[in-house]
Amino acid sequence: MAAVKPVGPLLVEHAGASRATAAETDAVEGLSPEEIALRGHYYMALQREVEDRIERKLYRQGKILGGVYVGRGQEAICVGAGLAAEEEDWLYPCHRDLGLYLVRGVTPREIFAQYMGRVGGLTRGREGNMHMGDLKRRIVAIISAMAASVPVAAGTAMALKFQGSRQIVFNIFGDGATSRGDWHEGINLASVQKAPVVFICNNNQYAYSTPLEKQMACEHVADRAPGYGMPGEIVDGNDVFAVYNAVQRAAGRARAGQGPSLIECKTFRMTGHSAHDGGDYVPEHLWREWAEKCPIQRVERTLLECGWASREELDATHARIRREADEAIAWAENSPYPDPSTLTHDVYEGSR
Amino acid sequence: MAEVTYLEAIRQGIWEEMERDASVFCIGEDIGVYGGAFKITKGMLQRFGEQRIVDTPISESAIVGAAIGASFAGMRPVAEMQFSDFITCAFDQIVNFAAKTRYRWNAPAPLVVRAPSGGGIHGGPYHSQNPEAWFVKTPGLKVVEPATAYDAKGLMKSAIRDNDPVIFFEHKKLYRAVKGEVPASDYTVPLGKARLHREGKHIAVITYGAMVHVASEAATVLEREGVSLEILDLRTLLPLDEEAILASVKKCSRALVLHEDTLTGGIGGEISARISEKAFEWLDAPVVRLAAPDTPVPFAPPLEQAFLPDANKVIEKARWLAAY
Repeated sequence: MAAVKPVGPLLVEHAGASRATAAETDAVEGLSPEEIALRGHYYMALQREVEDRIERKLYRQGKILGGVYVGRGQEAICVGAGLAAEEEDWLYPCHRDLGLYLVRGVTPREIFAQYMGRVGGLTRGREGNMHMGDLKRRIVAIISAMAASVPVAAGTAMALKFQGSRQIVFNIFGDGATSRGDWHEGINLASVQKAPVVFICNNNQYAYSTPLEKQMACEHVADRAPGYGMPGEIVDGNDVFAVYNAVQRAAGRARAGQGPSLIECKTFRMTGHSAHDGGDYVPEHLWREWAEKCPIQRVERTLLECGWASREELDATHARIRREADEAIAWAENSPYPDPSTLTHDVYEGSR
Repeated sequence: MAEVTYLEAIRQGIWEEMERDASVFCIGEDIGVYGGAFKITKGMLQRFGEQRIVDTPISESAIVGAAIGASFAGMRPVAEMQFSDFITCAFDQIVNFAAKTRYRWNAPAPLVVRAPSGGGIHGGPYHSQNPEAWFVKTPGLKVVEPATAYDAKGLMKSAIRDNDPVIFFEHKKLYRAVKGEVPASDYTVPLGKARLHREGKHIAVITYGAMVHVASEAATVLEREGVSLEILDLRTLLPLDEEAILASVKKCSRALVLHEDTLTGGIGGEISARISEKAFEWLDAPVVRLAAPDTPVPFAPPLEQAFLPDANKVIEKARWLAAY
């Protein structure tokens, strides 16, 4: 990966945690830097556009009801992880990881319909916003209780190991989730079982309105990894190359039977907790500082500097994404609401 | 047919399903080398290996969570709560994750959570509870509690083969106290179907688990007084076999709902309400509930005895009903 042009700090290894060796770092295989940049840029920009439409247009127009949680500013984490995952791997995203769905092939049509409660959404109107999954695509839906997915992800990984599968599990959660008991129980069980799972923390520094210093007394989430006997690594979560590389290394360890890893991606939530929250509790300077680190602008600079894309090509990509969003919203608005007569269906197998 | 204990019947049920289907595996605390706190999984580690008999840390939430995750990947987990009292630690995974996953996003979670429950073993407040009502009010779950060895094995097989999450309560007092004939051949007992334990004429006793045997004891005494009890063993608490309940009530015109769980919010309230709504015209007396009083389960033997419904308490309620 030496060919990757550094855009800001590429990889901050954590002194306290056991870490990937240089040999492992060099051994990372997968997409070329150019592919990471081009594909990463497209999916991050698509996530940004879809979420902007959801949060800043459709929600305000009253076309989307209920909660809206977006991943603005932290797209590089779910997109970087998504690019590192193989098609048959299992994904356990959290509620700010829309890019993970997009990389796996979930369409903007399905996403807008999901948010609008229409039958064309992944949950046919049974669920809203990012509470969506699809077993056929091996994406498991979150529940609202943070970290509940962690032991579930561990169980899927244990099953894959038992079945002798090459596939592994990617589980993303926020810093807030790491305070829950389920996080400890799931991480510990996965480590004891050497389950093939990559745990990825998007440390966006706020759990709703609660800053890190009121969530945990250690400096880094990754500080906890050695206590579970697993490698912990800290990366710049606004750098899609850094995320991709770290996740690839951890995926390699998981596929090789070496068990789980914990990757902490430092980032910032460039929005309130949800659409109704303006984030007034965030000091003004943090918005400014982190706006400078926008992961999409950073990868665009790399694309231009390396000659992998021209300004015109980038503009064309954005135009294409806007058209995709327009078309998908129109499609979703034409998708019907679920029929109330189906209210009691599928509580159990075959129930009507 | 061989006569085996309730405990052995459960063990056979799991064992045979593991032989039949390689996707069935057990996960829980101390179930491997130790064979489980009650020896339900004794010998299974040697037969099936540590990947199918998974000893875990003390992590009830992770046990159920991992079972859910494994079920998504095509497995059929049998998760053990060492005592049903500890199922509280896994509450979120059961009621928020497992129960709702099919409805929410069409992802079935076929798993069994085994939960040894019930008092009368001097276990005190945390080794004696009957927490079934917490789960009975959760759509998406099935809740089972057998009273006999035959049903214990047959219901276990059905629970493992079912495509929805099943909470399987096993009454600890019955583990070695109840024996029964169990066929060597493969058989199942359907979920959602009650069983007429004893035919009678005067009072329909609607009950399940250990209380089936308490009601039987009372019935023998009352028979000498000319009071005939019909005993309906529910076997499955969710979904309730409403048809069987109403049939017994309409036949006897008097109903006693009996459970070892505490009174308020117990399943007896739900059953009484359904009888009132759907069999009111057939009733000759108010529906009576007999349950443990609304206290934690006490330890000292005289206190625990006072707490648990027993044959004498059933006889007292039945006499009152018969005379009404």
